[in-house]
Amino acid sequence: MAASVADDAQGTGSAGPNHGLRIFLIWLPVAVAADLLLYFVYGPHMPPGQMSNTAASQQFDIKVMSVLAAPIMAFVLVAMGYSMIVWRHREGDDEDGPPIFGNVRIQATWITVTAVIVLFLAGFGTYELAWPGFAGAGSGEGPAPIWKPNGTTLQVQVIAQQWRFTYRYPQFGGFETTALMLPVGEPIQFNVTSLDVIHSFWAYQLGVKADANPGVNNVAYTTATQTGNITVRCAELCGLWHGAMFNFGKVVSVAAFTAWAHKTEIQLAAVTKILPPYATSYDPTVVPQINKAMAKAGIGGANGYYYPPQDPVQP
Amino acid sequence: MSLPARVATLVLAFLAVAAVALFVVIHYFLGGPPTVDYSSGVTPDTGATVHVVMQEDPQNTVSTHPDWVSYFIQDPKTHAWIHTTLFKVPAGSKIDMTIYGYDGCTPLRNPYFGRVTGTIGGVEDVDGKPVKVINSWSGCNVGHTFSIPGINLNVPMASPGLTASLCGTSPCTSGPHKTMTFSFMSPKGTGEYFWQCRVPCGGGFIDGFGGPMQTIGFMTGNMEVVS
Repeated sequence: MAASVADDAQGTGSAGPNHGLRIFLIWLPVAVAADLLLYFVYGPHMPPGQMSNTAASQQFDIKVMSVLAAPIMAFVLVAMGYSMIVWRHREGDDEDGPPIFGNVRIQATWITVTAVIVLFLAGFGTYELAWPGFAGAGSGEGPAPIWKPNGTTLQVQVIAQQWRFTYRYPQFGGFETTALMLPVGEPIQFNVTSLDVIHSFWAYQLGVKADANPGVNNVAYTTATQTGNITVRCAELCGLWHGAMFNFGKVVSVAAFTAWAHKTEIQLAAVTKILPPYATSYDPTVVPQINKAMAKAGIGGANGYYYPPQDPVQP
Repeated sequence: MSLPARVATLVLAFLAVAAVALFVVIHYFLGGPPTVDYSSGVTPDTGATVHVVMQEDPQNTVSTHPDWVSYFIQDPKTHAWIHTTLFKVPAGSKIDMTIYGYDGCTPLRNPYFGRVTGTIGGVEDVDGKPVKVINSWSGCNVGHTFSIPGINLNVPMASPGLTASLCGTSPCTSGPHKTMTFSFMSPKGTGEYFWQCRVPCGGGFIDGFGGPMQTIGFMTGNMEVVS
């Protein structure tokens, strides 16, 4: 048996069965079935769903990668199972396995197939990031984004602070609120920043995830395609109550959003007046600066409420 | 090494590991601050009123961190001030809060949190006067906040002022202070709701966000809602 396996593996031909063909014939229906099930049955339920163009894009990418990976995994499993059954150790067979050396055809096939898959994924991934409809696929692109959606965008500033997200709407007087409301069907530009440590704005159902760094504006785009509820979580370990840093938002019709925004702008006018002017990021050292200015003017509390000027950790 | 010596070494090593494990369990898991119970004798989900009393102090002379700012909670039965930030309230009840603000002032990192939210009427009373927004950037106005994000509660604590000679021994029983009163409804379901101060009041730590701001028993804690 060992000799026939060696012959077959080296492609020299023998009177024994064609194991390669057998494995291929078993693998082919398994791979096709796995791909069909993954794409059409499980695919529509894959995360993060289809609530926005970026979420749908990510789901499509995961489906494509699954469809590419499933046949490879199926081949490994089929080959392993076939080997365990056909080439298992038999009673009285103490012969060593055959020495196998290079097989040009198998090596060339392996290199070609893997190269094609990797190059395809590189091109596919770049297209998915670059196409204006996806515009960065929901990730934070830094302060100068390369990919932008067409047309005007609704500006929503995400301000992270321990342990709460707040949102400013500069096109509606710059009011700030803890409620995240978004219109369906309109491109949205999230300007993500932080007032203290590093956080991460993760709007799961929208497929948006962008780090919130103090003093930095991290831009991410999306367009919600369905109304409904969304969950926002902090995805960066940010202190004692990081696990509780989440809130819920809503995607509503354009009319409902506009009505809410105008109403909230009026309701919050008193607090908007005391906010700093809208900016894409805020100096995280502003409070120590205020402290020092107040202390210089003779306005001071007691122990540790205004940081003493000699405090080495204050700028 | 002889057999008895090897056995003795093994036993000693085992005891050392066990002692460290015991220390960790006792010190870190069982050694936290106590919980003040405001729920006993109150029927939950009836809208009954519970009166919770707290104070925030410029220092904490009862702990190993005397220079850390801290909240204290009053025991409803003995009226003693307990050095803790954990308290228990009945579900579905009206919580009347009184907080004595003995501390000085620090501007909020985000002045948005100078706005009162989540209270009944969206208002707090500071020394009996209704207030909806306090601007912490325009002067020595805000000492701390009492905020429970899970129920969107945020109440800025007014400061007694800049020239005040602040209370120097905790818990404070005298000295200049402001009295904040407000009410909110506890959630109908049971659960734990963390609360925190939003003023960066961890003096001596980077940007004021360390120390008491990150330590249960000082400027953050839990409100446990029970049925």
